[in-house]
Amino acid sequence: MGEITIHHYLYLSAILFFIGVYGVLFRRNLIVMFMSIELMLNAVNLSFITFARYSSSMDGHVIAFFVMALAAGEAGVGLAILVMVFRNRTTVQADDLTLMRD
Amino acid sequence: MTDYLIITGKAVFIWAIALSFIPLLIWFERKGAAFIQDRAGPNRAAVAGIRLAGLVHNIADVIKLLLKELLVPPHVNRLYFMVAPLLGFTFILLAFAVIPWADVLEVAGRRISMQVADLNAGVLFVLAVTSLNVYGIVLAGWSSNNKFALLGGLRSTAQMISYEIPLGLGIAGVFMAFQSVQLNEIVRGQGELLWGFLPKWGLIVQPLGFVVFLAAAFAETNRNPFDLPEGESEIVAGYHVEYSGIRFALFYMGEYAGIVLSSAMITTLFFGGWQVPWLPTDALVAHAPTVLRVLLAAGGLGALVFALLMVVFSRRIRGAFGDLREYEGHVLGIFNIVVAAALLIMFIWSYSITLPEWGARVVAAVAQVSTFLLKLVFFCWLFIWVRWSLPRFRYDQLMRLGWKSMIPLAFVNLLATGLVLLLIDRG
Amino acid sequence: MAFYILAFFSVLGGVLMVTRRNPLSGAFALVLSLVSLAGLFAGLAAEFVFILQVLVYAGAIMVLIIFTIMLLNLNPIELYEAPVGRFHTVVLVVLCAIGLAAFIQVFSQLPSAVTAIGPDFGSIEGVGELMLTRYLYPFELVSVLLLVAIVGVVLLAKKVI
Repeated sequence: MGEITIHHYLYLSAILFFIGVYGVLFRRNLIVMFMSIELMLNAVNLSFITFARYSSSMDGHVIAFFVMALAAGEAGVGLAILVMVFRNRTTVQADDLTLMRD
Repeated sequence: MTDYLIITGKAVFIWAIALSFIPLLIWFERKGAAFIQDRAGPNRAAVAGIRLAGLVHNIADVIKLLLKELLVPPHVNRLYFMVAPLLGFTFILLAFAVIPWADVLEVAGRRISMQVADLNAGVLFVLAVTSLNVYGIVLAGWSSNNKFALLGGLRSTAQMISYEIPLGLGIAGVFMAFQSVQLNEIVRGQGELLWGFLPKWGLIVQPLGFVVFLAAAFAETNRNPFDLPEGESEIVAGYHVEYSGIRFALFYMGEYAGIVLSSAMITTLFFGGWQVPWLPTDALVAHAPTVLRVLLAAGGLGALVFALLMVVFSRRIRGAFGDLREYEGHVLGIFNIVVAAALLIMFIWSYSITLPEWGARVVAAVAQVSTFLLKLVFFCWLFIWVRWSLPRFRYDQLMRLGWKSMIPLAFVNLLATGLVLLLIDRG
Repeated sequence: MAFYILAFFSVLGGVLMVTRRNPLSGAFALVLSLVSLAGLFAGLAAEFVFILQVLVYAGAIMVLIIFTIMLLNLNPIELYEAPVGRFHTVVLVVLCAIGLAAFIQVFSQLPSAVTAIGPDFGSIEGVGELMLTRYLYPFELVSVLLLVAIVGVVLLAKKVI
């Protein structure tokens, strides 16, 4: 199996990040887009923790902690907005939210 | 290699204790409920005439639940339906890994800690794992294709995540008071004496935190007075209404395992855990022969008293039934007399031996494990006592209590603890 | 070995999440991915962040998302998504591939030497100390931000202001 080096973790982080990007770009359901953003944030967290481990400084852990706190706040506000959009438009498809278009 | 054996042994031991507490608790619950409600409780199931005051009912329950038809209602999401009971039960058992049962045992040159995993963030592990327990309920409620189940599942989920906050905040004061998050450090810190005579238990150092944590623990395990999501008269047993047989048994066992886990956490954080009051580990090791004799004498006398009670019981039911049931008292009495005789012989024999170094430590560990088990049983009884004494909260009352009373109380507790610690530091 | 298993499950969870039409299945797949990531954090000697990931992300944020999805109660008709046009698909896939390749190229040039870490690496005390000394301002700002978020959510979700 070989030694697990920093590259393994970083490649995994990049792959997860781009799975999230695919979710945001190609899915039209607002909830799935939102969860893909969460996945991207987690991929970045993995990257931070990896760099912290391989340079023996715990700054990466603290930054990952802040990212988690921010993601929690963002999740709350984003879902509240989503629920309001659903109440007014009864849809969660991004394609149907065309009120401000031309 | 020995390390793996030790860890596996510890894991198996703790798993066995946690699982064998469950039938004991079920019996406790039924007999305790009967005692509080002034009736007799289950006393019919019997094996060859031996009723064991209702303990045999557990075997009957197990056989019934194993043999019932595993009904899967139509139009359900089969994967989630089958996975939900597993999730509900696994995570609670997982949280037992960090509970310390005795002080670190130093035997044959190695330090064996009496917990499966001495994590750096011990208490937070239990919090994290119990917050994963919510998924079992959410999945069960949603996948049952039943409005009552969905309603019960959502309510229970909301209740559990609302009460996670007071659960965590209530313990934050304990962290500040004992300067550590590791469970073993907290228990060791509770061995010191305050003002010379009072053991520094979490209850005395953090009374408000204890109250908040106790209430939040009741709510986390979906236990009366917070058991609206599974109350039979309100919502037809809530999220596990569509489950039958072994799947329902898993939910049921998960609830009782949650009671044991909450009792273990309350004991460890607030009541001294494995600490024998006024006797730290060094004192126990130094006076190990005395401790051994006390333990053996207590065990022997207890068995003798029980045998005497059995004699009284046999006399009372003499001639009432006319079949094998009359001999139940005889069998139990003889068994207990044999146990008492063995323990008393060991007691007399213990005067003639000198304990080796490791023997003294093992005796100390046994005394500490017994203390822990005693406290654990007391708190399990408290859970049962409260269940059959208090009425249920309505859902809005429950949420209001959690958000508007428990959380401000926990914050006040944190502030007060911080102030007191600051004043103590300043001198 | 554990790395490969955990990495497999995290990628599997991610892929399942972006391909399932029902957002609830996607949410459970994301929970699987998050818990696998937590395991990876534990393997990287980040004990506190591992516990936080399980406690906060998998235990609270995802429960919130699942709650919201169940509350919305979408029936399958509303879940139909118009497929993205072919031109857009090709352009976006090419852009993603270029991005991924660029990341991998940059990452592969980093030195892979493993520096030794002390026994207290990743402990709560270490993170707490760093947070209250070097990162004090971000800490206080994040707490104010969370307070604003709470007030905002309560205001947004009320039916009558």
